[in-house]
Amino acid sequence: VVVDYESGNLRSVSRALETCGVSPLVSGDPADLRDADAVVLPGVGAGPAAMSALNQRGLSGPLREFAESGRPFFGICLGLQLLLDWTDEEPGAPCLGIVPGSVRRLPDRENGTALKIPHMGWNSVALTDDHPALHGIDPGSYFYFVHSFYAEPTRPEGVLGTTEYGLHFCSVYAKDNVVATQFHPEKSGPVGLRIYHNFVAMAARGARAS
Amino acid sequence: VLTRRIIPCLDVDGGRVVKGTSFVNLRDAGDPAELAAQYDREGGDELVFLDITASSDSRDTMVGVVQRVSEQVFIPLTVGGGIRSIEDVRRMLNAGADKVSINTAAINTPDLITDGANQFGSQCIVVAIDARRVVEGEEYPAWQVFTHGGRNPTGLDAVKWAQRAVGLGSGEILLTSMDEDGQLNGYDLELTRAISRAVPVPVIASGGAGNLEHLYDAFTGGEADAVLAASIFHFGTYSIAEAKNYLASRDIPMRV
Repeated sequence: VVVDYESGNLRSVSRALETCGVSPLVSGDPADLRDADAVVLPGVGAGPAAMSALNQRGLSGPLREFAESGRPFFGICLGLQLLLDWTDEEPGAPCLGIVPGSVRRLPDRENGTALKIPHMGWNSVALTDDHPALHGIDPGSYFYFVHSFYAEPTRPEGVLGTTEYGLHFCSVYAKDNVVATQFHPEKSGPVGLRIYHNFVAMAARGARAS
Repeated sequence: VLTRRIIPCLDVDGGRVVKGTSFVNLRDAGDPAELAAQYDREGGDELVFLDITASSDSRDTMVGVVQRVSEQVFIPLTVGGGIRSIEDVRRMLNAGADKVSINTAAINTPDLITDGANQFGSQCIVVAIDARRVVEGEEYPAWQVFTHGGRNPTGLDAVKWAQRAVGLGSGEILLTSMDEDGQLNGYDLELTRAISRAVPVPVIASGGAGNLEHLYDAFTGGEADAVLAASIFHFGTYSIAEAKNYLASRDIPMRV
C-alpha cells in the first residue's frame, strides 16, 4: 500500500514499484493499511501539514501499529522525517514517534559560505552497515535529494547512511522492518530503483513467511 | 558532497522534439521519451522539457509526453512552456513532472507562484527568467527581464524580480541570458553570479554554452548550481559524459 494523504508524489513512487513487478494499492484508507503486506509512506512538503493530513484520515495510529507489526515499512523523504518524535518546522510539532529523535532545519551556511536551501540535487550516501534494503548498493552511491529539514534520530542504531551538506545527516534509516530514506529513490535512476527492488523482496519474503 | 547538475533541455513542439539531435542509435530521434532515456543513460542529472508549441491544445499533447517519459525515466523532470494556471501546474505534476517552470505567467500573475508553492511545495515551482543586459542608465551592470521568448521588455530588474519570485514561493530559478543564448560564447557570468548571490535557492544557468570551459565558468565565476545545456549536447558536440569528466577533472563536484 502506498499511503495517499494528499502529500506525496504518488505517481512516481507507484511507477517505481511497478517496475519491480508489483501493483501497489494507493490508498488513504486505514483498513487497507492494516491488511497490507508492506507499506510505503511517500511525502513532500511540510511536516506539520502532513501530520495534520494523516491525523485527519485516521492514519497515524495504524501507521505506528504497522511499523510495530514487523511488516516492511518504507518511508521516503518527508516519510523519513515523519517517523521521528518532533519536527522543528513548527515549535513542538509532533510526528509519528516511531523512531526516537527530532527533525531539524539544515544549516544555510557552512564556514561562512552560503548554502542553498533546499538541499537539491545528487549527493552521495556513506553507508555504514548492511541491511536487506541496501543489497547491491555501492557505498558512496549518489541519490537525488530535495529537502530543507533532516531527521536526527537520538540513537545511532538504524542510521545506516549519512550524507554531507553543511553537516553530516542521516540519509538512510534501516532497522529490521522499518526502512526510510531522505533522498527520493524513485528520482535516483537505476540505483534508486534497486532500493525499491530490495524493499519489494523484503515484502515478498514477509508475505511468504506469514 | 552535493554535486553540481548538468541538465539537458529539449524543446518539444506538438509532442515531438525539435532542434535536432545527433544520437545515431535511436529508432526515432524526435521521440521525447527515447531522447529522455538516452540522456538519462548518458548521465544527465535532470531533464527539462520546454513546450514551444504555439497552439492552445499543446498542453494535452505535452501531458501525454510527460506521462510516457515519466514511465521510463526515473530522474527529475521539469516541464515548462505555456504554463499559465494552477490547473496547468496540477496537470503536469499529476502527469509525472517533478517541477514546472513558469516564466511569463509568473510575471503576469505572481499569485501563481504562491498558489503553486502552497499546494505542491516550493521545490516544484521553478521561475524562469529571461534577461538582457541594460547598457544605458545609472544602475550598471543591470539586466532587464523580458517575456514572450525574450521579446517583450517588462521594465523589471532581473535581480529584484528573482528575489521577489523566491519571496513568493519559487524554489529554484532558471536564468537565461537572452544576449548569450545561442551564441556559443559562454553564459553571462556576471548575471548568473548576481542572481545566485541574491537568492537563497538554487540557480540554473542557461544560455550561451558553446564548449566545456563555459560550463566550468558557469559553476565557478557564475556560481551556478546547475547548467542547462541544449545545443552543445543536441548536435553531438560533446556528450554528457565528456562534459562531466572534464568538470570533475577540474574539481567541480560531479556525479560520474
